[in-house]
Amino acid sequence: MGEFAQQVINGLSLGSIYALIALGYTMVYGIIQLINFAHGDVYMVGAYVGYFSMTTLRLGFFESLLIAMVICMVLGVVIERVAYKPLRNSTRIAVLITAIGVSLLLEYTMMFFVGAAVRSYPPLPDYLTGSFQVGGVTVGNQQVLIIGVSLLLMAILQLIVRRTRVGRAMRAVSQDADAARLMGINVDNTISFTFALGSALAGAAGVLVGVYYNSINPLMGILPGLKAFVAAVFGGIGLIPGALIGGFFIGGVETFVSAAGQSLYKDAVVFGILIAILIIKPTGLLGRNVKEKV
Amino acid sequence: MKRTATMLAAAAMGLTMLAGCAGGGAAGGGNAAGDTIKVGLNYELSGPVATYGQASVQGIEMAVDEINNGGGVKGKKIELVKYDNKSEPAEATTLASKLTSSDKVLTIIGPATSGAFKAEIPVATRAKVPAVSGSATADDVTVGAQGVQEYAFRTCFNDSFQGTAMAKWAAEKKNAKSALIIKDNSSDYSKGLADNFKKTFTAAGGQIVGEEAYVTNDTDFNAILTRAKGQKFDVIYLPGYYNEAGLIIKQARAQGITAPILGGDGFDSPTLLQLAGASALTDVYFTNHYSSLDKDAKVQKFISDFKAKYNTEPSAFNALGYDTAKFVADAANRASDVNAEGIKTAMADTKDFSGVTGSFSMDANHNPVKTIVVIGMKNGQQSTAEKVAS
Amino acid sequence: MKKGLVSFLVKAVPLLAAWAIVLVLINAGIVTDYYLATMATICINIVLAVSLNLITGFTGQFSLGHAGFMAIGAYTCAMVTMAEPSVLGFVGGLLGGGVLAALVGLLVGLPTLRLRGDYLAIATLGMAEIIRIILLNQDATNGAAGLSGIPAFLDWNWMFFLTVATVWIIANFLHSSQGRACISVREDEIAAESIGVHTVRSKVLAFMIGAFFAGIAGGMYASYFYFIKPDLFGFLKSVDILVIVVLGGLGSLSGSIIAAILLALISTALQPFPELRMIIYSLALVVIMIFRPQGLMGSREVSLGVLNRFRRREPAVATASAAPAIRRDDDEEVV
Repeated sequence: MGEFAQQVINGLSLGSIYALIALGYTMVYGIIQLINFAHGDVYMVGAYVGYFSMTTLRLGFFESLLIAMVICMVLGVVIERVAYKPLRNSTRIAVLITAIGVSLLLEYTMMFFVGAAVRSYPPLPDYLTGSFQVGGVTVGNQQVLIIGVSLLLMAILQLIVRRTRVGRAMRAVSQDADAARLMGINVDNTISFTFALGSALAGAAGVLVGVYYNSINPLMGILPGLKAFVAAVFGGIGLIPGALIGGFFIGGVETFVSAAGQSLYKDAVVFGILIAILIIKPTGLLGRNVKEKV
Repeated sequence: MKRTATMLAAAAMGLTMLAGCAGGGAAGGGNAAGDTIKVGLNYELSGPVATYGQASVQGIEMAVDEINNGGGVKGKKIELVKYDNKSEPAEATTLASKLTSSDKVLTIIGPATSGAFKAEIPVATRAKVPAVSGSATADDVTVGAQGVQEYAFRTCFNDSFQGTAMAKWAAEKKNAKSALIIKDNSSDYSKGLADNFKKTFTAAGGQIVGEEAYVTNDTDFNAILTRAKGQKFDVIYLPGYYNEAGLIIKQARAQGITAPILGGDGFDSPTLLQLAGASALTDVYFTNHYSSLDKDAKVQKFISDFKAKYNTEPSAFNALGYDTAKFVADAANRASDVNAEGIKTAMADTKDFSGVTGSFSMDANHNPVKTIVVIGMKNGQQSTAEKVAS
Repeated sequence: MKKGLVSFLVKAVPLLAAWAIVLVLINAGIVTDYYLATMATICINIVLAVSLNLITGFTGQFSLGHAGFMAIGAYTCAMVTMAEPSVLGFVGGLLGGGVLAALVGLLVGLPTLRLRGDYLAIATLGMAEIIRIILLNQDATNGAAGLSGIPAFLDWNWMFFLTVATVWIIANFLHSSQGRACISVREDEIAAESIGVHTVRSKVLAFMIGAFFAGIAGGMYASYFYFIKPDLFGFLKSVDILVIVVLGGLGSLSGSIIAAILLALISTALQPFPELRMIIYSLALVVIMIFRPQGLMGSREVSLGVLNRFRRREPAVATASAAPAIRRDDDEEVV
């Protein structure tokens, strides 16, 4: 029982990272139907910004988190304006290829500047390194932090989307961009804002991962990015609660596949789930079926 | 159909032109015309294992500078021809062809990893140019299905020796009766070490209570460690590279696993300490090629020279690269004729070569007979170093 | 009849000449192993790019899993030739690998090809990853260490023949009614269906043929480079192939061929600057998509009648898949 509870904690910490990244995927997909391949790499950039802010600038965790979120926000908007906006009327394949290009560009540009080697975050203050026991289960302070910060950010996101003007604009554009434009919504700005929000969350996830696992490298975004995408698809792409559920589900699946002694197949299982969902219910857990328009 | 054929013709012409303008050199092994000894470097300078290649090359370049400043080999300077195989075996094959056929090198050093080195050997053999790796540890590198690879050498011990030595050490010095293995299933190095550890450890009466596996670039090991925590064992054998081993040690200690953790030369990097943190790196032991604690004057000189040149502590890859270059120079010096064939023969006849990573002679299988060092770590520092003979 | 013979000769003679010239150069020792290795890479990349172009460029199904099919072919060919090291074993392994890859293509394609473009891309990516993970964890494939010492049969004759055969077969397929059905699926799936094209069958067929030749390319790779391991067939390999197809032009076979040669030359030129190679590749992807989404060739083809074609207008449409279907006016080409 103790072991099971421990694995649940492990799964939740991992899942909250996936959920944070998945939110960015899902918002961008919801609004312009683009799988933003570069999203996982924005998360990587966030991890490096946090790293340099903690080592070179010697700032604390929360300041670094904020800086990473802001820089990733800017990066996300720049990517959208430079690479995706000119292709607004192109085919989906063209945009998707561009997204892959941007993703590789971020990875290898980062590698060019910081090298391929793994870097580790500086030693953390005590309140972040300790752990405590709850009924025979060891819970690390970092695990509490990672789950706590993730949930907080998701709550803020939900507030923005549900309760603010710009949030309403986002929802309107995602339903029908042309109609939204007719209603006087600035569609381009709304799309940029969506990228900004999603990228900020990815940046936060990057710093959290840096603190939690203590290991970052220029290619670290590829696999979590793909898995977060699977999470988004699982929950129903375009839906914010879906990304949340999907993130925790994928984190849980991975943890329990490993716990069952099949750690080598955890990635295969995740991709298998993806293919299965796409075949059985492409709209995901929470999605509604929509007929394709002619 | 017609168009297709014309299209193909166009393509074929392109290929022909490429081949045509590429031509110019004749095939065949190199010889030492001119006043330099050309040595090819075929290393992983970019791609996933770039750190190994880059570290090896640092050591090699330092050694070659020393040799050339000291007058070279038989009055000839060593000239390095350096290429990057991008960590891709196919690229290693291609570059080996280039080094032997276009650059006409007398010896190829590298690649650093066994896979890429294996991809190079058929080319080297066909061109009759010796190839040496300082870090290709897989057992079947120098001995293939058809027997000893005549033109392939290495200057490091192989995987089975490392796994065997650690198992013996654990059973004898640590009195370990049971062990848990955590291995990297995407690395032949890690699997080789694990297999040999298991064989020797069980033969010595020990018991393997479980085998967990992960793959390179994983970062979250909590699930397998939680699973491991439920079992009873005296030691953990973790034959992996520092990138993952550092994280595993950190997460294991955080989960309250206090058993000694044993590993291989893949632990040897300052990154291990940064990833795991000093407090977690206690009761950690690993087999290595050399120890900076070694009081040997040669080792200490190497360490201080290296620090002066590169401003960082040398790793085992640096030391092995350094030794490999010196080994090549030594063979060239002893060779009756300074050509590829002569160097190869001299390499095979190496006796008591004295390097930073220990003295060795080449055995019949082109493997060096070396001692191994078991390094113990306490609070992130190397605290003990025991030599284990083969 | 006579006209046909003349046009056949016009095409066949340069091909044969090219083959013979290189053969002579090899025997004279002018084309060394190194250049032959570069040409092997080019040939393999041509086969890969042309087969991916059939799936993505002509049929409009975005696949990110081409490296997976290549892996199947490479491992099959390697294992068969290692068990039976003869030319027969090589040919058997090559074909077996292609057929196996096509079967997996069928298995994966039947359910997933119902998906829309970007979902399909991710599904095929997932499939390729699963293939790689399975190869990594099997004893028969020797896991991470991979297979080494694969008997080498792929000499210049074989690589030339296989490359020419691949391009020839795929080009002929595209001229067939099935091939035109595939192109119609790319242009407008719903319209194609309404005029009676069996869209799922066309897609699956293109997918299988593409997978078959990717398998052949894998076998060629295994046979030329002696050594394979699962890492070689990861996501980046699929992207490499995609870059060739996109650069050459989605929907242009000759574009793929030219791009494969061009990228090999660029890659050789960038040899001293390895860190820049991927940056340039990725920048190229983005820049091409923004400024010239039709790639080098758009959906046009080069032929010996190229001089005639220069006078013709460019396709005026901005995007690759919106570009007009490939024009087929063969008469013009009989020079």
